[in-house]
Amino acid sequence: MKGLKRVMAVLAALPLLMAAQAPRLVPDVSQRKIDIIYSFTGAELLLFGAILYPGGKTPSRHPEIAVVIKGPAEPVLIRGKRKIAGMWINADSASFRSVPSFYALASSRPIGDIVDSRTAVIYELGIDNLQLSPASGGDPGADRRFEEGVVDLKRRGGYYSETAHGVEISEGVLYRARISIPARVPVGKYTAETFLIENGRVVAAATRDIDIAKSGFEAYVAKSADQDSFLYGLCAVILSLALGWIASIAFQRLGK
Amino acid sequence: MHLYLPIAGLSVNILVIIGLGGIVGLLSGMFGVGGGFLTTPLLIFYGIPPAVAVASAATQITGASVSGVMAHGKRDAVDYHMGAVLVAGGALGAVAGGFAFRALQDMGQIDTVVSLLYVVLLGGVGLVMARESIGAIVTQWRGLKPAAQGKRHHPLIAVLPFRWRFYRSGLYISPLAPFLLGFATGLMTVLMGVGGGFILVPAMIYLLGMSTRVVVGTSLFQILFVTAATTMVHAMTTHAVDIVLAGLLLIGSVTGAQIGARMTHLMKPEYLRLLLAFIVLVVAIRVALGLTWQPPEIFTVQPL
Repeated sequence: MKGLKRVMAVLAALPLLMAAQAPRLVPDVSQRKIDIIYSFTGAELLLFGAILYPGGKTPSRHPEIAVVIKGPAEPVLIRGKRKIAGMWINADSASFRSVPSFYALASSRPIGDIVDSRTAVIYELGIDNLQLSPASGGDPGADRRFEEGVVDLKRRGGYYSETAHGVEISEGVLYRARISIPARVPVGKYTAETFLIENGRVVAAATRDIDIAKSGFEAYVAKSADQDSFLYGLCAVILSLALGWIASIAFQRLGK
Repeated sequence: MHLYLPIAGLSVNILVIIGLGGIVGLLSGMFGVGGGFLTTPLLIFYGIPPAVAVASAATQITGASVSGVMAHGKRDAVDYHMGAVLVAGGALGAVAGGFAFRALQDMGQIDTVVSLLYVVLLGGVGLVMARESIGAIVTQWRGLKPAAQGKRHHPLIAVLPFRWRFYRSGLYISPLAPFLLGFATGLMTVLMGVGGGFILVPAMIYLLGMSTRVVVGTSLFQILFVTAATTMVHAMTTHAVDIVLAGLLLIGSVTGAQIGARMTHLMKPEYLRLLLAFIVLVVAIRVALGLTWQPPEIFTVQPL
């Protein structure tokens, strides 16, 4: 699926690869690595860059820019609750092979106004164009319902967002966009993609990688809990015994 | 003031968590219960994932029961022989609970089962405790002497084979009875994140007929070891123990427990039990309502 998408993207970009006169994007991000440390309450990423036109002349009409930050895709199981015997219980489920853990799109104008629908699907521009790849083999109607459910959940959780007018273009050459990363952001390898759009088509694209990782003490704790689970559990027990003992001794002293 | 919890995967307000631990500790010091039945639901209401809440609450209870065990141990109010049997049952129950937890998690029913267990157990215990304490208050009010407790164990217990002598408890019963009781509380600790004191204490008094002098100390002794075993089980099966969360809760609860223990004399024991019954019932009703209300999220996402 992914390979096919890439081939399609390359095919779509073929005309502009052949035309040496195509504009080029020079993108950058304010942070290549986001460390989640003890005081992490979210971050704000600045994506900025320049559009290089052949011969250095800016065209008379304004170009459009869309930037996408995408988190690692993961296979997930989605459960839906239903009221059974007066209680809300998980009743049915569906699985999807590639659900991006994070997706934020910012564009210079509403994305539906600047690209045609085919291009939007090819480049996964817009939350509704994400391809989650249902894997349960159930009926498409049920998969659709679960897909809407998970997208809605992610959107309200701040994991999926779309900002129209989120990209500022100055002089038709420089652009910048701010995208906020919420505190509960999942870790992993992220990509920041920038698309230059003219007449509803993508004419240039560039990608930068962003690494979001737990660091320092947090990373160490998460890693030990996963890999040295016996020692980790032992440490937790010793910590609680020690704190209980210290408090007991301290208050006995105070009491005297 | 926010702190990121590495296992729960979210930022929490430090003061809220320490305060929560403090309130639970205060109650546990006053009533001699671990307070897990309050910590776990409150953490879940706060937004901590249920598995992390259950596992980390168990870790916190270990710390909260240390001072109680030390105090009762000094007064010779712990039946170590009985405690050892209870702990053996509890450890086995914790391991069995670990498998049950994993299986229910895979089925997607862990939250519902935990909630139902809360409603049934807390509701039942709360009602029994309320009736008993109101009865005691009424008798006192009328100026009657409380009826003497017959210190006999339940007839079902007498049927069990191989009897052992438990000197400090003043019992000659089959070790199978406390072993099964320990097993049940071990299961509960893993599934619900409670120490099980609110089941263990009445069961020791009314089912086993143990000498009341050693009941609380022995129950705390069992809880200390079984919650420690539970922490190990959760650390190794669900990987849901958040050491930072447990640490914050502990800071609050160990201090709260010490203050609470010094406040016990402010109230007569009957009124204290009635108050505890009221709190237990409120939690049970809140959890029951949570089951019937339409949840804010119909869908839940679980990574494969």
